[in-house]
Amino acid sequence: MTDYQEYLGFLYSALASQNKKNIELTESTHLVADIGLSSLEVMEFIEKIEDHFDITIPLNILPDVNTIGELAKKVRELNP
Amino acid sequence: MLFDKFQTMADFQAELAEREVVPFGAVTEQILSSTEGVVEGRRVILAGTNNYMGLSFDPRCIAAAQAAAARWGTGTTGSRLANGSFAEHEALEQEIAQFYAVGHAIVFSTGYAATMGMCSTLAGPGDVILLDADSHASIYAGVKLSDADIIRYKHNDPDDLAKRMRRLGDRAGQALIIAEGIYSMLGDVAPLKEIAAVKREYGGYLLVDEAHSMGVLGDTGRGAAQAAGVEADVDFTVGTFSKSLGSIGGYCVSQHPELEAIRFCIKAYIFTASSSPSIIASTREALRIIVSEPERRRRVWDNASRLYDGLKALGLPVGPTASPVVAVEMVDRSRTIDCWKALMEAGVYVNLVIPPASPSSNFLLRNSVSAAHSNEQIDTIISAYADLKAAGLFEPAQAA
Repeated sequence: MTDYQEYLGFLYSALASQNKKNIELTESTHLVADIGLSSLEVMEFIEKIEDHFDITIPLNILPDVNTIGELAKKVRELNP
Repeated sequence: MLFDKFQTMADFQAELAEREVVPFGAVTEQILSSTEGVVEGRRVILAGTNNYMGLSFDPRCIAAAQAAAARWGTGTTGSRLANGSFAEHEALEQEIAQFYAVGHAIVFSTGYAATMGMCSTLAGPGDVILLDADSHASIYAGVKLSDADIIRYKHNDPDDLAKRMRRLGDRAGQALIIAEGIYSMLGDVAPLKEIAAVKREYGGYLLVDEAHSMGVLGDTGRGAAQAAGVEADVDFTVGTFSKSLGSIGGYCVSQHPELEAIRFCIKAYIFTASSSPSIIASTREALRIIVSEPERRRRVWDNASRLYDGLKALGLPVGPTASPVVAVEMVDRSRTIDCWKALMEAGVYVNLVIPPASPSSNFLLRNSVSAAHSNEQIDTIISAYADLKAAGLFEPAQAA
């Protein structure tokens, strides 16, 4: 079973290569507004999380997710 | 501000206007044949029209449309569910079902409505849809409306699809898998034999969009599923009349009798006017022609190979295999616009494709060939690209 902190830790490390502005990544960092991910990059990032944890994350969650913390929380909810 | 989200597009339009380029919505002032026209004041070879069988100007289709307009009037003025189901519509449904050798068919007013309508209706809340990452906008629009759980699998990757089906556990048996026959932007063909094998292993339902492969692939032109020998595994086939059949409209065919109940649940079918009788009549005639003139299929593939081989020989970054859609991938937006403009000035009209319509962050010069193109026209297109290359307009090929 994966907990919130474990998801969060993976999100930080997986986003490092896409953090072109080199900003500090926190739970409140916005995936689009702060890091600058395109919609395509967001979907590819979701696939990366799915493959790492071998879980399913429907794209439907995207409208409700803005920050790294929200994404970690949502993934945790979907895979209790 | 309501309009802020459109500013990027407005800026791009302003840039194009400053450069005197009209790649989007270029006005065709005159159609000279199915392969030539006058666009934005220039006589050009039409190499970006999806007119695969070259039937848009066929005298038999035109005569059928004229006769239908005289007999049935110019429009139905209503939806299929109300006053808009004429005998012509029902006849086309029977004929398209017969063409696919299945029992059931629905005719829609556009291909977009067919795909979006089926994808939005077949699955609902609690269901799950797996779609190829490079799916057409009509598929993305449809699945979003469905409220089903949406999962993307990697483009043309049956192993990735299998992995995602495995993760679904018991839900896989009710999942809707969506693939296209030929993908519209790069012209690559789906590995339907392998995708069908995944469906057989895990269960689920398979919908294939044959918009760009109907008429083009398969022994009798039914598309990629026929070519792959997996038609029995396909639950729903959707497609369009606006490419190989040279008119406009869409269809869904199925072996499942439930399609007749589904028909009355599709908003894109219920709440829009049905196709005009002239459109239906020319479509019926075009369907008869592609059945009786299979040589058109050979001809479109000859032209596809000729163009693909010619552009590849120039060292341009085209796809892995020849297809009636031959796209040249570019990484620089400004260079791509320059090339599009130079091609127009050389008398060749192609499609300029920018993200997100392209499947990656790359830009495309998208060519599509027709059975009606002559060898000389294909050679003229290749020659125009050769001139661009000689002028240094192409950057080195780069991976997507």
